[in-house]
Amino acid sequence: MTNDQRYFGQYGGQFIPELLMPAVNEVAEAFHHYRQDPDFQSELKDLLINYANRPSLLYHAKNMSKDLGGAQIYLKREDLNHTGAHKINNVLGQALIAKKMGKTRLIAETGAGQHGVATATAAALFDMECEIFMGKEDTDRQALNVYRMELLGAKVNAVTTGTQVLKDAVNATFQDWTQRIDDTFYVLGSAVGPYPFPEMVKYFQSVISEEARQQFLDQTGRLPDAVLACVGGGSNAIGSFANFVDDPEVQLIGVEAAGKGVDTDQTAATMARGSIGIFHGMKSEFLQSSDGQIDPVYSISAGLDYPGIGPEHAYLRDIDRAQYVPATDDEAVEAFEYIAKQEGIIAAIESSHALAYAMKLAPTMRPDQQIMVTLSGRGDKDVAAIARYKGVDLHE
Amino acid sequence: MKSLTQTLQDKGNFIGFTVVGDPDFDHTVEYVVDMAQAGADVVELGIAFSDPSADGPTILSADQRALDNGSTTAKVFETVAKIRQKTDVPLVFLTYTNIVFKHGYEKFLAQMQAFDVQGIILPDLPLEEQGEFLALAKQYERDLIQLVTSQSGDRLPAILKNASGFVYVVSSLGITGTRQKLSNEANQLIEQIRQYSNISVAVGFGISQVEQARQFPAANAIIVGSAIVDIIAQHPHDAGPYLTEFIIKMKEAQNA
Ligand SMILES: Cc1ncc(COP(=O)(O)O)c(C=O)c1O
Repeated sequence: MTNDQRYFGQYGGQFIPELLMPAVNEVAEAFHHYRQDPDFQSELKDLLINYANRPSLLYHAKNMSKDLGGAQIYLKREDLNHTGAHKINNVLGQALIAKKMGKTRLIAETGAGQHGVATATAAALFDMECEIFMGKEDTDRQALNVYRMELLGAKVNAVTTGTQVLKDAVNATFQDWTQRIDDTFYVLGSAVGPYPFPEMVKYFQSVISEEARQQFLDQTGRLPDAVLACVGGGSNAIGSFANFVDDPEVQLIGVEAAGKGVDTDQTAATMARGSIGIFHGMKSEFLQSSDGQIDPVYSISAGLDYPGIGPEHAYLRDIDRAQYVPATDDEAVEAFEYIAKQEGIIAAIESSHALAYAMKLAPTMRPDQQIMVTLSGRGDKDVAAIARYKGVDLHE
Repeated sequence: MKSLTQTLQDKGNFIGFTVVGDPDFDHTVEYVVDMAQAGADVVELGIAFSDPSADGPTILSADQRALDNGSTTAKVFETVAKIRQKTDVPLVFLTYTNIVFKHGYEKFLAQMQAFDVQGIILPDLPLEEQGEFLALAKQYERDLIQLVTSQSGDRLPAILKNASGFVYVVSSLGITGTRQKLSNEANQLIEQIRQYSNISVAVGFGISQVEQARQFPAANAIIVGSAIVDIIAQHPHDAGPYLTEFIIKMKEAQNA
């Protein structure tokens, strides 16, 4: 194989059944081939610009910055992408590889539904069959996205095994793949899973920081002092970090979901509470018992409700290049409401976790300093759930 | 002591699977003894995992029952000790890598040696990731059972190089669980294996019926999991006679 990245320090690898190894290795080979193929690159670029609406804006949130009275806050507006989140960056890349490999069926897990919507969208565009696996609990709390996927022609399977959330959807999607390998490509939605997925997802999401780096230089003449992104599996975060990793003056901060608090058992704060383990095809950090049973996790955000984190994040933390902090449900909801009123932007509840930490960090910094917050998605999907959380009774 | 390959040398061997702690730990001891007496040549003990990704709903539910009963790695070894007071049937574990990793590869293998568990099947530890564990397994004289599937293709020689004990041929795509129909494809895979190695070969995944027991004459053994788990689920407290009847019937079919 090529000079690929199977491991990040001690994390990563390919801990999957022998049955899937040939298929996964085939994906790895295709990825390494097409990333160097100029035709593939120009096709992908065309899709990102003309279909997904890239580049996304880097928006100076002046009201927020002024109100918080510290660093200038810049929002990387992934919420303005077609389908409303960063997920489309990765999906278009993987779906294009799948198409070139001759695959005719896309499968994917989804938590909040954003990755499922993005995959269903790509399948519609490329005229491919599509099946999405989503925890039963998430199909309930993100019902709108379920219907959206169905409108796009996908079949949505509610997963009723285990804890019925994102991790169980990942299990179900891998299981589906073992039953139907020849024509099927698993479009993994985050920077997790066996090699090559963490590397491949990062590659496709790096467009976030590739653009942002240049936008900062163009708009402000220098790089940001800190880059913040929410972390579920870690795809928007790794994409936001990638082109700043070699700039030691840029602080990299991932914000994970603390749920009801890191000291409760209603949490999804993997870095705060987890330990090293092997699950979902990778060696990384996981919320688990001392005996190795994966913990049930909780967050208000279906997209961050995951007991693990991508292997490269665990590595970036170990080498002290990035830090990971928690934000609770309450803090995220407060940020969700705050940015709506301050900036007129309804942000995804996932992204609101990153905003919540920005609200704490900015006042500790000087007004001539600048923070980038990746707004990984828009919050339309969350409006009903937030209303419920606030005790508001909505009727449509 | 006989190696697993020697134990399974002849044709018509039967390997039965049960999850430790399903329906409870005392019954596991009892049912392992019953299976051995009924003619099981090897017993495969499942250590429950919260997310058994290679398993279908039947074994997933059994794992969940065992976890609800308080299954831990310590509890499993305690149960093995009780089994060992009653039978010397060869034992192998089936579990997921995280269980062994969290316990510590070396500590786990040392305990396997101490409690006389000869081998282990780790469905999520493929060739590429076996190095560290395999070196320790050799040191403790335990077998890391290799899985071979219809997809393995040119990986076969490398897999067989790592193989000891027996080779587990996966009869069909997908996950564990009983199937109405099974393809004969596994027999060709076994022929291929024989070109490289004399190791004993067991076929598993989906075998539950008498006709299916007859389907793999090239194999040294068949492995039956979900069908046994089903019997225990239907008769949690008195599965003994049903297990005995089932195993005798299957072995007769194999040897007919
Ligand atoms: C808007 C949004 N942000 C973030 C995430 C979390 O995923 P990741 O950590 O891979 O960026 C999701 C996942 O569903 C999402 O929908």
